[in-house]
Amino acid sequence: MGNIPQEHYEPKPGAASWVEERLPIGGLISHLQNFPTPKNLNYAYVFGGILVLFLVIQIVTGIVLSMHYQVGDEASFRSVEHIMRDVNGGWLLRYAHANGASFFFIAVYAHIFRGLYYGSYKAPRELLWIIGVLIYVVMMATAFMGYVLPWGQMSFWGAKVITSLFGAIPLVGDSLTTWLWGGPAVGEATLNRMFSLHYLLPFVIAGLTVLHIWALHHVGNTNPTGVEIRKDSIENVKKDTVPFTPYIAIKDLYAIVIFLILFVAFTFFAPNYLGHPDNYVEANPLVTPAHIVPEWYFLPFYAILRAITDDLWIMMIMPFDAKLGGVLAMFGAIAVLAFIPWLDTSRVRSTTYRPIYRWWFILLVIDFFVLMWVGAKPAEGIYPIIALIGTAYWFIHFLVVLPVVGLIEKPLARPETVEAAFNAKHGIEPGSGKTDAEAAALQPAE
Amino acid sequence: MKMIKAALASLALACAMTTGAFAAGGDVEHADVEFSFEGPFGVYDRAALQRGLQIYQGVCAGCHGMKFVAFRTLADKNGPGLSEDQVKAFIAEAGYEVEDESGELIPAKTYDYFPANKGAGAPDMSLLAKARADGAVHIYSILTGYTGEEKEVAGTTLYENKAYPGGWINMAPPLWGDDVEYSDGTEPTLEREARDISQFLMWAAEPTMIERKQAGIRNIVFLLIFAVMLFFVNRRIWANVKHPE
Repeated sequence: MGNIPQEHYEPKPGAASWVEERLPIGGLISHLQNFPTPKNLNYAYVFGGILVLFLVIQIVTGIVLSMHYQVGDEASFRSVEHIMRDVNGGWLLRYAHANGASFFFIAVYAHIFRGLYYGSYKAPRELLWIIGVLIYVVMMATAFMGYVLPWGQMSFWGAKVITSLFGAIPLVGDSLTTWLWGGPAVGEATLNRMFSLHYLLPFVIAGLTVLHIWALHHVGNTNPTGVEIRKDSIENVKKDTVPFTPYIAIKDLYAIVIFLILFVAFTFFAPNYLGHPDNYVEANPLVTPAHIVPEWYFLPFYAILRAITDDLWIMMIMPFDAKLGGVLAMFGAIAVLAFIPWLDTSRVRSTTYRPIYRWWFILLVIDFFVLMWVGAKPAEGIYPIIALIGTAYWFIHFLVVLPVVGLIEKPLARPETVEAAFNAKHGIEPGSGKTDAEAAALQPAE
Repeated sequence: MKMIKAALASLALACAMTTGAFAAGGDVEHADVEFSFEGPFGVYDRAALQRGLQIYQGVCAGCHGMKFVAFRTLADKNGPGLSEDQVKAFIAEAGYEVEDESGELIPAKTYDYFPANKGAGAPDMSLLAKARADGAVHIYSILTGYTGEEKEVAGTTLYENKAYPGGWINMAPPLWGDDVEYSDGTEPTLEREARDISQFLMWAAEPTMIERKQAGIRNIVFLLIFAVMLFFVNRRIWANVKHPE
């Protein structure tokens, strides 16, 4: 299946062989179970598994919620209260779904920054990375539409602010917005289509996830050293990797349970902490909330959207106004991620061996959190200038720092092989312990 | 052990957050008041909820509705815990009526809901305690935050209130300390009444809170045990790889 040598799957004679000749499902399962995974993966690599679990949690809780949810100006808000008060375990479904979205994003941000740090986007993983960026974009659309469904004040006004962004597009903006709304203003028609798309998009994510994992299994995992595992022979593959089951599976499961403890703590003890009180007020087109703030996971990009104002000198030479400028900056800030594989000029994959870039990476992480913080602040006083500096660095990092540092930096010495790195870390003498043949037959302790 | 500590710390953190959630709203003064339902083991005080119901019925219901709360839920064991007869008596005494199919007014049944408010301006109280940052404390602070100052703006009287964003609120002081005669004999004071109605409105907004927290404790305990088991299983499985002897 992939380009990593793996032992050939031989179905047992009889039914298994009969099926295998017609549909090689046994080979697929065997491939997934025994997939050679670098033995030196650290805990930064657990978020992929966590994300798969949260996609499942969101789809399962979401489908059950939709059995009780109704669409309508008054019906939506009322049906959510019906779920909270009357449906058996309804409060759990809803709080798990709402907090599940937040923890989905915590995991996806951890996953993305891990990829950035270890250079997981570099050849031959460009498509794997780009599919990941697409998943992230569809996730954001899905989460935004989900937040609209309770039809509280933040739902309504959030929908209004975000859909109005499309009005900034020249020529077709106004028609496009009306088309999105399904009427002259945000209303029941808008809510209805958001529900429809909110139900559809998770399955698009699931499909993209299959492609993402397919690509991963073709090229193999990266690892903290950035050194590719040796793929020249099954023997060498076995020196650098462990089979996914049970080694990685049990480690991922352990990490999942730790992550779930945090998720459960929020869901059961602070279920509304990550939400906004205003969304417990029914949508009212006549009353604008004092501060319209999106969910926390959109804040960095919301800050970028608001950072572009008409008084910036760059806007004075641009042929369009600040509204379109802000929209372009916001979408650009996400779109730039897709070009990282070609913007990074470094010969070295892992930031561990990049003494200069490491500091810029830390700055990027700080920048992300600063933007998140400032995105929740009103656009007055010192905050707009902070947002502007944060926005500037976001683009400078990817468009200037990433290409330039890669050219001038002298990387540190890297280990020869994954096996060597692993042995050095765990104090294993080369050649000690098992022979190659024994290592090849490595099995978990009985 | 380290894991248990970490989990307990995050639990404590999460609980600290429940009370501090989005404590925004600018320069408002929040009263220093604690409620029995706070914290991971907190429960509603049944007597306080019953007194709060009296306040709601005797004072608030004049202007505010509570359209998402069904009369039957007044019998919740984690809530006010009235008996079915008491619920019926409450409806009858308050004189709540609903329209039947032909549009005629008939006495409300236990499965009916508190009415929505008819007067403009007064927000529905079903979710009030969740629709404000730090809900119950906020409501208590408003009720005890009047300074006695009044002013008239465009024909509307505004009342100065330390806890209201902007400092001037539309609502005349609703509680004075002698507004109801508590049926359990408790001596009413302004603070007592404000505490009781705040607790009652928290219950109205989140009637499943106690059930939720109790389920949360079970879930956390289960996951902690599961995590410890997986920690050792993981170590055992990797032993061959990390220590090949």
